[in-house]
Amino acid sequence: MQSANKWLKSGEPWIWLNAGAVAISMTVVLALLAFILVRGLGHFWAADIYEISYVNDDKAVRLFGEVIKKENINRVKRGLPLAADGDEFLERWSLKTGNRELWADFRWIDEPSIQSTSLPDDLVVLERTEWGAFYGYLRSVSEDGTLVAEGDASWGEFVSRVERVSELRNEIRGLQRGDMGSVNYQLEQLRLKGRALELKGMDTPAALARLADKKVKLQSEFDTLMVRLTKLNNKVERDTAKFEVMDGRVVDIAFADIIEGLKPNSMSVWQKSVHYVHAFWGFMMDDPREANTEGGVFPAIFGTVLMVLLMSILVTPFGVISAVYLKEYATQGLITRIVRIAVNNLAGVPSIVYGVFGLGFFVYFLGGSLDQLFYPEAAPAPHFGTPGLMWASFTLALLTLPVVIVSTEEGLSRIPRNLREGSLALGATNAETLWKVVLPMASPSIMTGLILAVARAAGEVAPLMLVGVVKLAPELPLDGNFPFLHMERKFMHLGFHIYDVGFQSPNVEAAQPLVYATAFLLVLIIVVLNLSAIVMRNNLREKYRSIAG
Amino acid sequence: MTEFNLYQTTARQRHRALIDKLVAVGVTSGGFGVIAAIILIFVFLFSVAFPVFLPASLNSVAEYSETNLSEGRTLFTGLSENGELAYRINQTGMLQFFYSETGVQVKRIDNVMDAALNAVIPIDIEGNRLGLLDIDNKLIIIEIGFFVDFSGGGRVLVPQLSYPFGDESIPIDSLGDASLLNVGIDEEGVTVVYLDQSEQLHIDYYLAEEGDELSAPETESQLEITQSVDFLMLNESARRVLILNTDGVLKLLDITDKSEPEVMLTQTLAREGVHILTAELLLGGESLITAASDHELIQWTLLRGETSDYEMVNIRQFQSAGDLGLIKSEARRKGLVTLNTQQQVSLFHTTGGSELLTSEPLSDEAILNVALSSRADTLLIEKGEGKFQFFEIDNEHPEVSWHALWEKVWYESYPSPNYIWQSSSADDDFEPKFSLVPLVFGTLKAAFYAMIIAMPLAIMGAIYTAYFMAPKMRTWVKPGIEIMEALPTVILGFLAGLWLAPVIESNLLAFFSLLIVVPLGFMLFAVAWQFMPARLRYLVPAGWEAALLMPVLVILVVFAFQAGPVIESFLFDGNIQRWMRLTLGIDYDQRNSLVVGIAMGLAVIPTIFSITEDAVYSVPRHLTEGSLALGATPWQTLTGVVILTASPGIFSAVMIGLGRAVGETMIVLMATGNTAIMDFSVFEGMRTLSANIAVELPESELDSSHYRILFLAALVLFGATFLFNTAAEVIRQRLRDKYSNL
Repeated sequence: MQSANKWLKSGEPWIWLNAGAVAISMTVVLALLAFILVRGLGHFWAADIYEISYVNDDKAVRLFGEVIKKENINRVKRGLPLAADGDEFLERWSLKTGNRELWADFRWIDEPSIQSTSLPDDLVVLERTEWGAFYGYLRSVSEDGTLVAEGDASWGEFVSRVERVSELRNEIRGLQRGDMGSVNYQLEQLRLKGRALELKGMDTPAALARLADKKVKLQSEFDTLMVRLTKLNNKVERDTAKFEVMDGRVVDIAFADIIEGLKPNSMSVWQKSVHYVHAFWGFMMDDPREANTEGGVFPAIFGTVLMVLLMSILVTPFGVISAVYLKEYATQGLITRIVRIAVNNLAGVPSIVYGVFGLGFFVYFLGGSLDQLFYPEAAPAPHFGTPGLMWASFTLALLTLPVVIVSTEEGLSRIPRNLREGSLALGATNAETLWKVVLPMASPSIMTGLILAVARAAGEVAPLMLVGVVKLAPELPLDGNFPFLHMERKFMHLGFHIYDVGFQSPNVEAAQPLVYATAFLLVLIIVVLNLSAIVMRNNLREKYRSIAG
Repeated sequence: MTEFNLYQTTARQRHRALIDKLVAVGVTSGGFGVIAAIILIFVFLFSVAFPVFLPASLNSVAEYSETNLSEGRTLFTGLSENGELAYRINQTGMLQFFYSETGVQVKRIDNVMDAALNAVIPIDIEGNRLGLLDIDNKLIIIEIGFFVDFSGGGRVLVPQLSYPFGDESIPIDSLGDASLLNVGIDEEGVTVVYLDQSEQLHIDYYLAEEGDELSAPETESQLEITQSVDFLMLNESARRVLILNTDGVLKLLDITDKSEPEVMLTQTLAREGVHILTAELLLGGESLITAASDHELIQWTLLRGETSDYEMVNIRQFQSAGDLGLIKSEARRKGLVTLNTQQQVSLFHTTGGSELLTSEPLSDEAILNVALSSRADTLLIEKGEGKFQFFEIDNEHPEVSWHALWEKVWYESYPSPNYIWQSSSADDDFEPKFSLVPLVFGTLKAAFYAMIIAMPLAIMGAIYTAYFMAPKMRTWVKPGIEIMEALPTVILGFLAGLWLAPVIESNLLAFFSLLIVVPLGFMLFAVAWQFMPARLRYLVPAGWEAALLMPVLVILVVFAFQAGPVIESFLFDGNIQRWMRLTLGIDYDQRNSLVVGIAMGLAVIPTIFSITEDAVYSVPRHLTEGSLALGATPWQTLTGVVILTASPGIFSAVMIGLGRAVGETMIVLMATGNTAIMDFSVFEGMRTLSANIAVELPESELDSSHYRILFLAALVLFGATFLFNTAAEVIRQRLRDKYSNL
């Protein structure tokens, strides 16, 4: 008893409680990362499809679908009657039954009403261009309306025809994106040129005739491409397949709508793994479909990377110069104090305020002025006077400036003084010492700062919502049309994609797996960046310890 | 600075020296650039937000007297939307357009009606449609429009007259006073309301869409009015008629069914001995403005009382300068322009709750006519026959005032004054409600709950990490926390909104039980650990307690979540939310402050953690060692020496954490319902300044009041975080100095 009292008095329990706080924080971090990892990566695994016979309102029905989750609910809470044995809890399954054009694609079923479940080998799941997933049995394949294969033979035909359509679709995409996009772009440029001539009063008949000439040429080029496109589209629409869905109906599915068909129940683990890699690759490399709830996130990855690159180019010199000023040039005193306060305030200003500033100052003020000076022909449509890639990078550069300053400053302060003095003693000027001795030694810490800045920028969403991110950008900001990098275009962003799909999309339930996958991707990028920054910094500290020692 | 020997200066050395100078200048300007950046942000935000507080002004642009403008007595004057062109209609039925700045005539149309005119009745508040009544009491409806013509090379504003309901006039039988006639147009027809010579109110309804001719009325109804009538008003949707006399007796009629007018209320608006001088409906027709002989200008709005009877309620009053002769409502805002008997013009705005301006007397003689453009930025007065004066009104943001932003405002059709943020609506005549109070409240509420969760965890954790934790474990914990800091808030928000909120909703009890179960479980484990065999205890060296507690935590959470539903069905009949609603009267919103508090707490923990950890870690070793040498236990040393010394650092950590919580956007945007309510309940959501900006700024019109107020909100956020951060930084710098002394 006395020892217990003494133990209490020693403060030991409080230490344990403090340790508990760390334990909670660490557990939450690990749990969060693990949760995102599991939910994000689980999406690409070809899940088994169940055939369930189920009693609904005393009627037996057949259901096909993927079991999304099982949960125990309290009957009282939902206002349901108690079970016959007085059990208060009820197990429910959430079943994804797909085929959104026919019925709701998710439904809850009560476990006690399930008669039997099976995993038939022949059950097919389709990934489609619209209406989401499709579940059913393949019955036959037709070409131009004539039957090609029926019954068991149809699967082979089906697979080869899906591949054919997929190739055609790639060709169409190449045509639309590449040649047709380029012609369209040139047409628009011509229109702007004409307007510019008009504004300058140089719209002589000769000049206009030249423009009209070019326009006719482009138009005819466009028409030829259009004919090719129509042909390709006709080819795509050639084949159809018949499927039996869960209520027994047989429906026609055009191959044009099918992206991929699988029989997951008959796939081996190895096949599933191969499919997994394919699916994940597709997720990273494809364009989004169906209001971003399906398909890939390539434009979002691309937009994020490009924006972050531009931001890095802007932020690095300014950040380094400011840090050099603080550490190397300024006499320590009131001014440096004020600069430090300014840096800390920049770091502490809420990111949304940067967004407001970016919108008001960069977009409307700077962009509006640029438009008036250099792009009068585009009026009334703004060129730079509207949110876009350039202003987003400017805004984020300002936002991440303190990160680079703080990290560079730390690096500079670790460089031993005698190295600088040695350089100066040998007759080098301050600038030469800076350039040849100090900055090279500080470069790893500059890199660290940059990596941290990139990680911050990649995850920042609030300001971007104001200065240039959109849910769906029709064109990438980088393409084959001069001047290749289109700084005025709007772009997509992984973080905003999460917000948009998770909260603004019409079918949040169906989109959830994709949001988790996107979140996983974003977290992966940011964790990798941060860990590399941490490792770099630790190595650096070791290195300087040895120099100083 | 490196010294150069002047005698040996070669071109190369000059070059080097020049570069050295240039670099020095460049680097210094770079350093000042940071200060410039923060000042620029502040100045820019301020410069955008500031104009909302600028006072209104009335500037005379031109004064002229033209003979052709004096032809025939003017019955009505009007202005185009931008104020560029003016027009007048005179007694002989002539419509004349002229430049409002010069008085030069642009176009003249004689005989708009065949006979001379008796009266001109404005129909819509924009002043585009007018009813003309000739001396034979025949009525015709005209429309005056302006279109912009570029065909001549430049921009020319061309006036246009049209007859939307044909050019046949309709007779008004036995009309009494011409000023007691009013016309209203809705989608299906034209309503003419007037008082006849025998005090009967007529409501004639003509079924006609635009372009149709008016023929015989579809319905004609009459109502005996038992009071004297001095003012007769019809709201713009032609559903309500207001009849008022100078004694202040108001009758409100519902004429939604044109054949069955119904008296909604009869009420006396003026005190004994006070006369109503003039009255006007405010934009939207929800409010009546009366000017009385006691110089009170009162806004009345129709409310349904507790007994469900209608009642006109005085929601706001202004003092007018002198007796008012005329009130004109602005066409697009809830503003008023008044003219008094001393010929002074005053501007008021009802929501802003203030008199914006009262001019000097504008004329020696009585002003005959006043026209206000629909943008309410230009004003034209006729001071005498053919004598006009044209003014510009600079009054961009009358609805914004200190009062409207920060105090309770009594809005139209609301039962009481309140703090409300509601910036837009589908209606054109909507009264914007720009109270920042609910947003600031929401911001503080979110920050409060986040800090409640973050502060104990972060500070306690940091103290342990800095003071007790084994160095080896520390090298793992610190990066872990840094990773947590780097986690994008959009991910925290998304998990909170889509995953955590439903989980908490169905496991509310389990969640709250964690508050007790976890600390208690930790303590019990600590006690149990003391009684473990020594061999086992030595397996885990000192400073690894936290690692030991992690599996314990997992077990405790699983336990709580298993036990939660059982306890819930036992104590609360299986549904704690329903129990709370019925027993405690607490509503439950799925995306509530608890969810926000947890998610934002997680976002703030690393900030507070790392600064606190730094502060505790950098407490000089000799202080702690001295304390330990004097026989204090580690815990006593911690509370007596370490925390005391580090307390300014901890304070600055909390400040910076608070700054982050106040400005955080994505988490609150995603994890709450974003409704601007003022409710402390942990089970209700909120709308914060930052989320509000993120949602509304992309859709607000450049330089509108709404846009500027959102900038003001950003400025408020900036100011708040500036305060927190500067305080934190100053304290930290002091602390650093102090340590270097120790």
